[in-house]
Amino acid sequence: MRVQRIKIEGEITSQDQVDLSLIDPLLEKYKNKKGNIIPLLQGAQEEYGYIPREVFQKLANETGIKLSDMYGVATFYAQFRLNPVGKHIVKVCHGTACHVQNAGAITDALRETLNVEDGETTEDGLFTLESVACLGCCSLAPVMMIGSETYGKLKGSDAVKVIKEIRIKESN
Amino acid sequence: MIDPEVLEEYEAKDGYKALKRIAEEKISQEQIIQDVLDSGIRGRGGGGFPTGMKWKFAFNSKNDEKYIICNADEGDPGAFMDRSLLEGDPHAVIEGMVIGGYAIGATGGVIYCRAEYPLAIKRLNIALEQARQKGYLGKNICGIEGFNLDIYVKEGAGAFVCGEETALMASIEGERGMPRKRPPFPAEAGLWRKPSNINNVETFANIPWIIHNGPQAYAKYGSEKSKGTKVFAITGKIKRGGLVEVPMGMTIEDIIFKLGGGIQDDKQFKAVQLGGPSGGCIPKHLIHTEVDYDQVNATGAIMGSGGMVVMDETTCMVDVARFFLDFTQKESCGKCTFCRIGTMRMLEILTRITEGKGKEGDIELLEELAYQIKDSSLCGLGQTAPNPVLTTIKYFRHEYEAHIRDKKCPALNCKQLLTYEVDPDKCTGCTVCAKKCPVQAIDGERKEVHFIRQDDCIKCGDCYSRCKFDAIKLS
Repeated sequence: MRVQRIKIEGEITSQDQVDLSLIDPLLEKYKNKKGNIIPLLQGAQEEYGYIPREVFQKLANETGIKLSDMYGVATFYAQFRLNPVGKHIVKVCHGTACHVQNAGAITDALRETLNVEDGETTEDGLFTLESVACLGCCSLAPVMMIGSETYGKLKGSDAVKVIKEIRIKESN
Repeated sequence: MIDPEVLEEYEAKDGYKALKRIAEEKISQEQIIQDVLDSGIRGRGGGGFPTGMKWKFAFNSKNDEKYIICNADEGDPGAFMDRSLLEGDPHAVIEGMVIGGYAIGATGGVIYCRAEYPLAIKRLNIALEQARQKGYLGKNICGIEGFNLDIYVKEGAGAFVCGEETALMASIEGERGMPRKRPPFPAEAGLWRKPSNINNVETFANIPWIIHNGPQAYAKYGSEKSKGTKVFAITGKIKRGGLVEVPMGMTIEDIIFKLGGGIQDDKQFKAVQLGGPSGGCIPKHLIHTEVDYDQVNATGAIMGSGGMVVMDETTCMVDVARFFLDFTQKESCGKCTFCRIGTMRMLEILTRITEGKGKEGDIELLEELAYQIKDSSLCGLGQTAPNPVLTTIKYFRHEYEAHIRDKKCPALNCKQLLTYEVDPDKCTGCTVCAKKCPVQAIDGERKEVHFIRQDDCIKCGDCYSRCKFDAIKLS
């Protein structure tokens, strides 16, 4: 099912201290339009990389949309994130074509190198590992995407090599 | 090939000529609908409902406000026809929508496109702006008095169920994309409860050609009940994967072996999966099936939007069924109990079977659940979710039985059912497998042939994927 129970973690942490004025133009644009919940959330996520709790609060206060309605929409769609993500999002395709070409091995190899489970972010905040349904480049299967770069016809070891290269670049 | 960001290139290839002809010859709305009916085109999104009928219903529904919607939420894993169309020829889709909008009397237009296709969204927006400037969109389009229409792109947010028309409309309205009860049908009360007509990207892209060349020219292509051409995305274990546009009625064999060049590494063809998670597997002995809506439906699969995943002898059909159920179970919106919980139970049973814990009676239980889910779900997602399981049971029952009774996976795919052994001729004694084995079940000294103790092996497959010398044998 698409709906997941969200974890509420006590107090607002320092992580959530964000510059709320960033979404003012967004509010201006969509405030009184009908059907505005999704564009508002998409715009906010574009700004912060995820949707912080304070931002939900502000959107609700300014538009009059119920907080519960907004959380309802945000947890329904796969696109929205409620937690900060790593600098590089590693999307491993698990569409049909990639599945029959052994995409599982790619995820397994990455889980081991990055030492995180699917959907988690590495401790250094560099990588978030994600399984996605289909990236729409099935003739290159199996595929992963980091940022806007697509890597096709992979083996587990190839994927690990790409990660290593990014790590080296980042440490310089 | 045309540059999708240059309007003139589309115009040079007879682009917007159909629309201009409608304006010049003052062709009536009824006539356009009749032409589309005569062409015999059926919904390319997979449903196969005659497009002209849909337009007629929306036309007959009287209201001051009407919407024409393009479904570009291509969610089937393994399909990318719409993506190529939107990225490669956005104006064809827009012209089709404008003509459709004229025919039904639309006052507004929306293209609902997946956010995962950023290039498609960018090019659509460029094309829409160009069309506005040229007067193909806006007020009194092409001089047709009183025909005002503008179209905007709405980005989806990642939910497979939004490909279902009523869920898609809910999503445009900014809500959770959950399907609504029908009736009322969208033609009476769709987007914002106003009469709406929704078609797939490929359907719209066919419309300008039909109007420009005439319905009879279109109807020349295809089989008796399925007219025109269809784009397929051939992927999987195929030599030359990619997109092909073929006349309806071509056999699957021709598509795979003549156009696709046959199976990768010259392995044995086993089955082809049509219609994504809603479709089914067509086995080798039905390879002469012609791709047209009715013939494909007769096999238990569906035409679907055009995804065609080719499978060879190394693909386990039980695992394929499990894979699709895993997908539909995650994507179920949760509204209908049978879809929400039923798919979960089916997935549990399939997972159990692939892990070698299948029980006698599991196949019958899967079938029982499958029919109940099909009967008790509101929308297409639930009604078709069991199809991959039903077709694999129908054509590959022996594979299910091998998993359950003999605890064997004939395709050597399900890890838990395999035996891992070292091939003494290939093992170089590099010790990698022994060092990495999580349960220390591999013995052997450096530069000597290693040995796997079967009693301790947990069948994780780690040694197999690590060995650089192909020295781990599966059986």
